[in-house]
Amino acid sequence: MPNLTAVDWLIMLLYFVFVLGIGYALKRRMKTSKDFLEAGRALPAWICGLAFAGAGLGGQEAIGMGASGAKYGLGSAQFFGIGAIPAMIFVGLFMMPLYYGSKARSVPEFLRLRFDEKTRALNACSFAAMTVFSSGISMYAMARLIEALHVFDGLFRARGWAPEGIFTFTIVLSAVVVLAYILLGGLTSAIYNRVLQFSLVVAGLLPLVLLGLRGIGGWAGLKATLPAAYMHEWKGVMHAGSNPMGIEGIGLGLGLGVVLGASYWCADFRVIQTAMAANNVDSARRAPLIAAVPMIFLPLLLILPGLLAIGLPTPHTTTVERRINGAIFRTTTVVRPEVEAGTGLVPAKTDPLTGKPMLTASGEPLLDYDMATPTMLLHFLPTGLLGLGLTALVAGLMSGMAANATAFNTVFTYDLYQSYIHKDGSDGHYLAAGRWATAGGILLSIGTAYAAIHCNNIIDTLLLVFAFVNAPLLATLLLGMFWKRATGHGAFAGLMAGMATAMLHHGLTLPIEARAGIYGGWIAVLHHYPSDLAQSFWTAIFAFSASLIVTVAVSYCTKARAEAELVGLVHSLTPRLARAHIAWWKRPEALAVAVLLGAIALNIFFY
Amino acid sequence: MSFDLRIPMGLMFSLIGMILSAFGFASRASAKLYAPSLGINANLWWGLVLLVFGLAMLLLGRRSQKRMASLPPEPVDETRPRHGH
Repeated sequence: MPNLTAVDWLIMLLYFVFVLGIGYALKRRMKTSKDFLEAGRALPAWICGLAFAGAGLGGQEAIGMGASGAKYGLGSAQFFGIGAIPAMIFVGLFMMPLYYGSKARSVPEFLRLRFDEKTRALNACSFAAMTVFSSGISMYAMARLIEALHVFDGLFRARGWAPEGIFTFTIVLSAVVVLAYILLGGLTSAIYNRVLQFSLVVAGLLPLVLLGLRGIGGWAGLKATLPAAYMHEWKGVMHAGSNPMGIEGIGLGLGLGVVLGASYWCADFRVIQTAMAANNVDSARRAPLIAAVPMIFLPLLLILPGLLAIGLPTPHTTTVERRINGAIFRTTTVVRPEVEAGTGLVPAKTDPLTGKPMLTASGEPLLDYDMATPTMLLHFLPTGLLGLGLTALVAGLMSGMAANATAFNTVFTYDLYQSYIHKDGSDGHYLAAGRWATAGGILLSIGTAYAAIHCNNIIDTLLLVFAFVNAPLLATLLLGMFWKRATGHGAFAGLMAGMATAMLHHGLTLPIEARAGIYGGWIAVLHHYPSDLAQSFWTAIFAFSASLIVTVAVSYCTKARAEAELVGLVHSLTPRLARAHIAWWKRPEALAVAVLLGAIALNIFFY
Repeated sequence: MSFDLRIPMGLMFSLIGMILSAFGFASRASAKLYAPSLGINANLWWGLVLLVFGLAMLLLGRRSQKRMASLPPEPVDETRPRHGH
């Protein structure tokens, strides 16, 4: 149990003061809806870049990467490896000039400019719903984590409050702070705080990894304690049976590299928004490339705590006997049963009803991988640094919420409210609408967080819905940007077909060891996947392909728009940017090549 | 733009670094406190690292702010990027 002292609280308090202080300092700059919703398009590239990277390094990702490190080994570095880096380079070099140059204020608005009104409406609605739900779910997950870590227990005991209130306290506290700093400073303050959170996560996790590696005997010691498959990134990747994820080469390459990674980094407005806030098109292009630099080595920082947690010895209840002057002293160190039943430092999951460790179908304890990184924090960090580590987690939770809230308020204000509800308002009217949308979005996500308590499966269902939304959208955007023949009817039909296919695929397949229902197979089980990860990869691949095929087919049957209308929206029809004035090593292309070489070098090292 | 993020960021990390290293220095004799971190006074050392990082950010931010203040305000040039990272 963490014994938080005044130092830990002081550090957390300091973080809150700075977060709100930044919002307050930005307050007087929020004059127009553009200042509030688009950060005035005035931020330098390095800030946008770090915030872009921070989107993939929030509190939830820190926990999730640690968990998949513990579950799948170093192979989960591939999540970032194949998924993120090429996607970031692609979005920076080829898509950003169109996103930024088209003067669209959001991804749905880009869809309207490139295709038509109905495609925008479909995407705006599904995206708005997705942000509200995913914000609610991450709130729920993080509040549960804070509860499990007993962060606020001491505070509640000291005040004499009922411990049941911790969940609500966490949610309300983070929601109020997030709401306050967004209302004060808009997207600018959300982006600034994401940079702050990004550096806090690094500052909180780096000492953990260093101490953990020292504790296990360095890199060689870690290698010695883990099965060989855990330590290689690529070996055995072509055969589903020989890597811990159970995914074969094609599924991995297509699912991660092309579809899942790219649909997040290239099509998700929560990410794209930070680059679109840049001060000019060169900065907007450079932002994803700058973000790719930390992505070369940061996965290690997030995955290693999980690997270390699996590799370290499991603590057991021990009694040490000492004799002092003939008297026997026994010191017993009690270890909770769920920890003893776990592997390494990763505890077993306990049944909330019986309090006993839960077992899998084969009788082994079911491990609670999400606790891998948090237990490492508690195990290695002394009070003081522990405060910093927990602050990093809280900061991650809040910045994830803020990313959802700022994406929601922009899409709601520009793509739903201004387009369909109230067309000809003054700018001040839309500024106010943006503020109200922020508050409304956060309230709705609090509602989702509470709904998640009563219906545990809601999380699995909704996470699936997100895969349904993003993968088809990627196909639509790619065709729209790189194929001038794609039409609005085609895009709309493709989006619909992609979502339907994802649902169908999910209904017909099931991961091994899962019961039919929420995890798939609710129509009939035609195929079993070796892991739920393999299933979601293939769901994304099918959704993406269906959207691609249907968009192409319907586009050929419908009338294309005149080429003159598509200048600035389609790559081949857009004049290349003049860049003779930038020294060659400052150009985005040079940065892209450097990042790619670095990533390849690291992958060879960990082969 | 009179607001450079490096200044509040540097300030925050310098303060955190100062708190951690001061606490680490004061508690350097406590073996029990540093048992989890393998006997290393992690607070003191990491506090110093963060302090150096914070001061470096602060310095960079101050310097660019001074440079910006000494320059005459120039019109925003859409094609030319400002300093990189």
